[in-house]
Amino acid sequence: MPDVHVSMRGIEKTFPASGGGREVHALGPIDLELHRGEFFAIVGPSGCGKSTLLELIAGLAEASAGVVQFEGREIRGEIADRVGVVFQEDACFPWLSVAENVAFGLRKANLPAADKARRVDEALGIMGLQDFARHYPAQLSGGMRQRVCIARTLITEPRLILLDEPFGALDQQTRLLMGEEVLRLWRQTKATVFLITHALDEAAMLADRIAVMSARPGRLIDIVETGWPADRDSRIIERVEFGTITSRLWRSLRAESLKAGGRPADRA
Amino acid sequence: MSGAKGVSLRNAIALIVGLILVWQLLFWFAGDIAMRSPWDTVRYARRMMGTDSFWIHFWESVRAFATALAIAVSVGLFVGIWLGFHRLSGRVMEPMLVAIYSIPKITLYPIVLLAFGIGMSAKIAFGAIHGVIPIALFTINAVRNVRIVLIKTGRVHKLTMTEMARWVLFPAAMPEIFTGFRVGFSLTLIGTLLGEMFAAQRGLGYLLMTAIGLHNVDVIMAVTFLLVLCAASVSTALLAIDHRLHRRV
Ligand SMILES: Nc1ncnc2c1ncn2[C@@H]1O[C@H](COP(=O)(O)OP(=O)(O)OP(=O)(O)O)[C@@H](O)[C@H]1O
Ligand SMILES: [Mg+2]
Repeated sequence: MPDVHVSMRGIEKTFPASGGGREVHALGPIDLELHRGEFFAIVGPSGCGKSTLLELIAGLAEASAGVVQFEGREIRGEIADRVGVVFQEDACFPWLSVAENVAFGLRKANLPAADKARRVDEALGIMGLQDFARHYPAQLSGGMRQRVCIARTLITEPRLILLDEPFGALDQQTRLLMGEEVLRLWRQTKATVFLITHALDEAAMLADRIAVMSARPGRLIDIVETGWPADRDSRIIERVEFGTITSRLWRSLRAESLKAGGRPADRA
Repeated sequence: MSGAKGVSLRNAIALIVGLILVWQLLFWFAGDIAMRSPWDTVRYARRMMGTDSFWIHFWESVRAFATALAIAVSVGLFVGIWLGFHRLSGRVMEPMLVAIYSIPKITLYPIVLLAFGIGMSAKIAFGAIHGVIPIALFTINAVRNVRIVLIKTGRVHKLTMTEMARWVLFPAAMPEIFTGFRVGFSLTLIGTLLGEMFAAQRGLGYLLMTAIGLHNVDVIMAVTFLLVLCAASVSTALLAIDHRLHRRV
């Protein structure tokens, strides 16, 4: 029996009608368990409710039906302790420098200033931002800003890390290297990782398990176990199984993506 | 950086020199009865600044203006933040504010006079009336435009209401609010001076009005010159801060 870290039972999300539109059934029903310490990825067509699912787990939004539990306690629109989120959009505070942005993660922590400074330096180093500590977000590229947000999350030492397409703004090479970085952090911190991505190869390379979501309203249509060793890195893409996994993901996803893309008028 | 600063300094100097030239030309054109030359004005202003009575008027104006500005800013901020947050009341109230704002404020003058009588409170009220609505309107938009993902980030870090306001909302809205403050500053100054012109027995506006009555061109020119000097330098400083705040966004 794996140790269940997050459990979702029968969760659904419906957004109320607004501005003359119909109500949107965005998600569910979904049943899913994340195991403690696993790397879980989720792929799905655009608009299928991935970000919505993440917000339900984070406690940023409340499910219309069903129960989300984190470490055995129910989450109902309230943020649990030790949960870190990296959002899809740029969430850097433009009025703070890079170092101050990262330090924001520790503003509420009860630590001596010297400790905080040391941890900020560490996090900057890990994300390759040490030369930009005094820059402001407006002076950085999109990918670098996303790295600032990742550093700001990591510094809080979360036990559950929710990542919403964190590498969306990066080029392929940088993605692979950042992926390795995330794997290393995952091994080091032993945190549970929930990663949303639209890149199948990224999911296949990083995750222990990958869920495929249907077009809206998002449901889970497949869960693939990769069976990778914990000490994997990006070279895993050379393996035969890697191809098998990505093609299986693509087979599940192709029909759904066509559905999602084939009815643009339906989108909000 | 220093290059850009050099350019804007050069522009500012060119502008001032240009204005003085135009002034001088106007003086040659209009003659002694209507105005004074730049040089005579500066000389008279210096003499005036040596008298006690000028400073009495000056500080009276400063007091009235500072009070009016404080009222305009606090009421404007309060109303703006409140309406910015409550989208529904914001949607109802904002068009009303815009409508009220478009009334020529001078038409409210008799009412203000009736309500406050002649003196300090009337001009304070008149100054505040001019400044409060633009500050409120800018603040409404500032609060409304705070990106939701920044608020979510604050929530994920488990900020309390006060921390959220101090660490996220206020700094995020600051550049826009400051623009409102800058606009409100100028308008409040205009309002206060107008108030002094028609409903006071002291202050620079009153000084101007009596000088007009006596056709004292020296005083008119000198007071106007000093007012423009003060207002322009403060506005320039505010604008510079404004640009700095907006550069990071
Ligand atoms: N606040 C909201 N009000 C109404 N509808 C919403 C709201 N948020 C999301 N939706 C709708 O819910 C659906 C799912 O949105 P969501 O952002 O979760 O998709 P996603 O899978 O993350 O898409 P993408 O891959 O493009 O990021 C969309 O159709 C969207 O229009
Ligand atoms: Mg999304």
